Amino acid sequence: MAEERRITLINYGKIDPESISDYISAGGYKAAEKALSCKPFDIIEEMSKSSLRGRGGAGFSTGLKKKFTSEACTLCEQKYLVCNADEGEPGTFKDRIIMENDPHRLIEGMIIAAYAIGASKAYIYIRGEYYKSIKRLGKAIHDARQEGFLGSNIFGSSFSTDIEIRLGAGSYLCGEELTMLESLEGKRGYPRIKPPFPAGKGLHGFPTLINNVETLATVPVVIEKGADWYTGMGTEDSPGTKIFTISGDIKKPGFYELELGLTLRELIYDFAGGMKEGVDLKAVLIGGAAGTFVDETVLDTPMGFDTLKEKGAVLGSGAVMVLGHNKSIPGMTQSILEFFEHESCGKCVPCRVGMTQLVRLISSVNENGTGHKNILDEMLTEAEFMAKTSLCPLGQSPVLPLKSLKRYFAGHF
Amino acid sequence: MEKVKLYIDGKEIITSRGSTVLEAALSNGIYIPNLCHHPDLKPSGNCRMCIVEIEGRKGQVISCMTEVEEGMVVRTESQEISLVRQTTLELLHANHTQDCTNCHSNNTCKLQEVTAFVGVDEERLSRLRRSRPEIPVDDSNPFFTLDHNKCIMCGICIRTCDEVQGVNALDYGFRGFSTLVSTYNNQPIKESVCESCGECVVRCPVGALYVKESKVPTHEVKTVCAYCGVGCNIYLGIRGNKIVSARGDRESIVNKGRLCVKGRYGYSFVDHPDRLRTPLKKTNGSFEEISWDEAFDIISEKFLKSKNKFAALTSAKVTNEDNYVIQKFTRAVMGTNNIDHCARLCHAPTVSGLVQSFGSGAMTNSIDEFTGAKTIFSIGSNTTAAHPIIGLHIKEAKRRGAKIIVANPKEIDLCRFADIYMQHYPGTDVVLLMGMINVILEEGLQDSEFIKTRCEGYDELLSSIAGFDIDSVSEITGVPANTIRDAARLYAVNKPASLVYAMGITQHSHGTDNVLAVSNLALVTGNIGRESSGVNPLRGQNNVQGACDMGGLPNVYPGYQPVESKQAAAKFEKAWSARLSRENGLTHTEYFTEIEKGNIKALYQVGENPVLSEADANHVKKALDKLDFFVVQDIFLTQTAKYADIVLPACSFAEKDGTFTNTERRVQRVRKAVDPPGEAKDDWWITCEIAKRMGAAGFDYENVTDIVEEINSLTPSYAGITFDRIREEGIQWPCTVSDHKGTKFLHAEKFARSSGKGRLFPLLYKASVELPDEEYPLLLTTDRSLYHYHTSTMTGRVSGLKDIEETELLRINPADAQKMGLKKGDKVSVKSRRGIIKVMADIDHSCPEGVASLTFHFPDAPTNELTICALDPVSKIPETKVCAVRIETCNSE
Ligand SMILES: Cc1cc2nc3c(=O)[nH]c(=O)nc-3n(C[C@H](O)[C@H](O)[C@H](O)COP(=O)(O)O)c2cc1C
Ligand code: SF4
Ligand code: SF4
Ligand code: SF4
Ligand code: SF4
Ligand code: FES
Repeated sequence: MAEERRITLINYGKIDPESISDYISAGGYKAAEKALSCKPFDIIEEMSKSSLRGRGGAGFSTGLKKKFTSEACTLCEQKYLVCNADEGEPGTFKDRIIMENDPHRLIEGMIIAAYAIGASKAYIYIRGEYYKSIKRLGKAIHDARQEGFLGSNIFGSSFSTDIEIRLGAGSYLCGEELTMLESLEGKRGYPRIKPPFPAGKGLHGFPTLINNVETLATVPVVIEKGADWYTGMGTEDSPGTKIFTISGDIKKPGFYELELGLTLRELIYDFAGGMKEGVDLKAVLIGGAAGTFVDETVLDTPMGFDTLKEKGAVLGSGAVMVLGHNKSIPGMTQSILEFFEHESCGKCVPCRVGMTQLVRLISSVNENGTGHKNILDEMLTEAEFMAKTSLCPLGQSPVLPLKSLKRYFAGHF
Repeated sequence: MEKVKLYIDGKEIITSRGSTVLEAALSNGIYIPNLCHHPDLKPSGNCRMCIVEIEGRKGQVISCMTEVEEGMVVRTESQEISLVRQTTLELLHANHTQDCTNCHSNNTCKLQEVTAFVGVDEERLSRLRRSRPEIPVDDSNPFFTLDHNKCIMCGICIRTCDEVQGVNALDYGFRGFSTLVSTYNNQPIKESVCESCGECVVRCPVGALYVKESKVPTHEVKTVCAYCGVGCNIYLGIRGNKIVSARGDRESIVNKGRLCVKGRYGYSFVDHPDRLRTPLKKTNGSFEEISWDEAFDIISEKFLKSKNKFAALTSAKVTNEDNYVIQKFTRAVMGTNNIDHCARLCHAPTVSGLVQSFGSGAMTNSIDEFTGAKTIFSIGSNTTAAHPIIGLHIKEAKRRGAKIIVANPKEIDLCRFADIYMQHYPGTDVVLLMGMINVILEEGLQDSEFIKTRCEGYDELLSSIAGFDIDSVSEITGVPANTIRDAARLYAVNKPASLVYAMGITQHSHGTDNVLAVSNLALVTGNIGRESSGVNPLRGQNNVQGACDMGGLPNVYPGYQPVESKQAAAKFEKAWSARLSRENGLTHTEYFTEIEKGNIKALYQVGENPVLSEADANHVKKALDKLDFFVVQDIFLTQTAKYADIVLPACSFAEKDGTFTNTERRVQRVRKAVDPPGEAKDDWWITCEIAKRMGAAGFDYENVTDIVEEINSLTPSYAGITFDRIREEGIQWPCTVSDHKGTKFLHAEKFARSSGKGRLFPLLYKASVELPDEEYPLLLTTDRSLYHYHTSTMTGRVSGLKDIEETELLRINPADAQKMGLKKGDKVSVKSRRGIIKVMADIDHSCPEGVASLTFHFPDAPTNELTICALDPVSKIPETKVCAVRIETCNSE
């Protein structure tokens, strides 16, 4: 049986999260010190070699993103680092676990990332309801400043940076990176159009690196132990570990940091204690609302960004929701679509009106017990149309779950 | 601008880099359906209608947000494009009111246009349609309505309010399907910060925002707004004999299509039932209608008898031609230079001050040059309220990166855009400005070359500057020393810098000194005589510049030719075949004292309302009672007209031809749009008839053109501005010959003074005449509202404007209010040494502690009964910006 492999959560439960000296005694801020004695370019190389992929959902190469941002313009008067701590994906709470239990790890990761790209200012955009995280991060930033880890001439180098916390306004869409930048600029949380990409023109028009909390909190260990060590874990296309948050009809819901490449079956039965008494597994929703439904035929697929993709599924944020035989698939679909309908910002026509059309279609299924034969196709056509023309990824989101439903659960509609 | 070549639907197109594919297509006659695009606004990509395909790019891209690139190959039509557009459009229609016939925008609606082009599948549509709760319309604004049920969420109104108007009254409210165009907190538009400019309404592509009382006009007449000195160009829409619409002229360099609330919605006074229709004669205290003949007989007889005790008040609201004729009548027929007008109460120090320092008392630059300035320094001007469209130019400059400095005792709206704000104590402008000059000299930031080659009097200036050390300056003005330093540095270094001022500078007993301090600052830094760089007094009335230019002043003939100059007098005597007085006449403010003394017995007043507008108005009323004979020529029976013996009905701006000269010296055509009510006549015609009855020659003009020709022949600065040349666009004086383009900015090579140099002046701090003391502990200052004009003779008869702002409010700082136990809405009496008025209190952070403010718009609260008639010795302007008052609650009454 596989074991938990706590890399990012290595300090979980072992240190007092509010004590910087605890963190330092546990080897903290060594990686940052090491990083600042290297050339930024070397850090980026190391990150690229580690193949660490973004933990916020999209799974983009972290090294590459840093590279783009650092090369965006060498003469820019300003670059920014933004940590995405908005954690809005339903069923996901891994970032909160990190921030509440080891805030300095995130800060250390941010110092390294900021140094690598040359950002003199960093923001943590955090979900407003995460009171405890906000408090702990606030203290951690304060203490780090006192210790000289933030501010001017960090570790005696010529590098200076600082971190500011900004509270999110409780909208799912603000977790989307371009919308987050609008929000950080003090505007309404409306998405921007890509291009330009934030790496070239982000916050206030300057190159900006945006990474998820888990991604950034993983950076110190990669720098400390090296890319080779890191790629020794996980699979080839998805090295390292991932924090999964599992919920639903299982015995032991919670979070587990595991090497990628393990199977759903292992996650559900070895870690989450298996299905609740008397409940059979019907479906698993991976990746939150913007994720995908799979059935038991996928239970033995090693989980990685690319292997899941072959099965029409996504890893996403690492949220896993297990649905028992007594759960209605169309019912679950309706909740997801209603979630999107509610979170659509309303700026562009296809998403604003399209989402309500999807909800209307799915509720016709739920009200009548079953819809007309082609209802799933009709919804998919609508969703595909939306995906083509919506302004931002939210409008493109329903297509994935609907596609997976068609692949695995067509008979339920 | 760099050019780019691309291909759209196989057509080769050359366009400038930076433009979008949509713009390139539209400007080359290729239609791409679009709903959220507007040429004045940044693209936002909401409607997804403008998709195209571009070779080498994945899928469909939205053309309104894609910049053109060299060699780009664009296709605007394909099966996929049509399908996507149609589907999007169907979604849009699924939520849209189906009833077009009842819509204000039927036939002009862009949704109809796009639908006709793209097409919808009725069957799919009927499946998509679902009953949607009717959302209540917002009809709180008196001028326009917002009907959410027709809104297509293009965001054009929201972006307009942000990008054009800088007000941000509107935004998207709520989320997803419930998203609505909303105000802050979703309150009714009328309660929001909306300024009712209507810019959003004109841009709404559908019928969601529409003008309440709108009718389709049968034709339009191009003319000039009748309110403020900006002189916005408008098209009045006419149906029958009625103005049914007004829109800004997008071609006009002055306003580029934009209008403020008064200019767009403020014309219903023109056919108001109160308009004067026949001459009136007062018998036994009440007016009776008389014929024009009878009126002329009485007037000519009385005027003949009062030739050496006569004075005239001409008007900043009437045309140049009217003004020319009235001053000519006064000088040539009545033999006196007692001619003046309300410029005495607003910009007399500008004329007296700037003539001394630069040689010419007008805005040195053009309105459209503001957007090119790097620094704009606004002092003593509530620009966005009193000159709204110039306010927009300044906001635009800010968006383009200009730095804004505001100096104003009240924290005015423009402060939202200010990089530096100096809240100086009223009446301390000389100190503030000389303090800035001191900083500039200390830090060596002056333009020494400019001072050396183009100025004189530098040593004299230096002799007085020592008194303005930064610590005393900071102490007297109440502005922190560092703020003054920062402002001085910015203005001196970040060039070109343009300075604007208005009555906060002029309406003081040391108004001329204030103006000289302003010109000193500009001269020392070389911020004058260049594009986007100069001194710009914003003139108040629509034609106050013209009334001055036309010699509606006691010391100058048209074109500022001095009456004391032998040559000038000889020239006009010859032209007018009359003996002219070589003595300067009396000023407006002196009239009333002279009337009381019996030295003036007959007064001829055109389009003015001194009972409300003159400082110490009670004194004016007493004087008017003493007159032997008083003729008022106006469009309404004003508060002053009630004192008249004869009242003559005149045409309003919409009923006459002629020219107005706006604040930037631009002479513009005013055109007759409707017939006057009853027997109302052109002002010039009335004056000519009086002159003719008095046996004078030289008043038999057939039409306005005849007068314009005479003006051209006698006024060098207007010589080249013939009626024909300004048919489309106005010309800025000086324009000396008929092939001269006019003058965009003044003093380019040399100053208009005889030496050709600009003059610097030594100055001293002089305190305002009446400052608060124990008995009258608060300083009262006066200002203006965006929604009303002067004594509200016109705006008070526009119901919508009344609806927005009905009555006078005394604005007072929360701290003062607390001290007096005052709440918003309390009735208070405001008492000065001269009078007492009753108004409601409004607690307002924009007033600093110790300062209260009132407008002077409302007849039922005549502010000028409180103000003091302390005159500037040079220009004779009264100190309406500073006097001392006491405030008491009187709720019980
Ligand atoms: C609608 C929407 C919501 C999102 N919400 C989050 C979020 O809450 N947290 C997050 O880290 N990323 C979120 N993302 C992904 C971010 O846009 C972005 O990809 C991520 O922050 C990049 O970080 P990474 O490269 O470290 O994964 C969201 C994306 C979309 C489209
Ligand atoms: S796709 Fe949806 S969430 Fe994204 S911009 Fe359009 S309406 Fe807003
Ligand atoms: S009328 Fe003017 S101020 Fe009011 S919402 Fe429209 S654009 Fe904004
Ligand atoms: S009110 Fe008009 S301009 Fe504003 S979003 Fe709706 S349709 Fe567009
Ligand atoms: S700014 Fe002045 S001229 Fe222009 S519309 Fe308003 S009142 Fe009329
Ligand atoms: S015009 Fe381009 S999206 Fe609306």
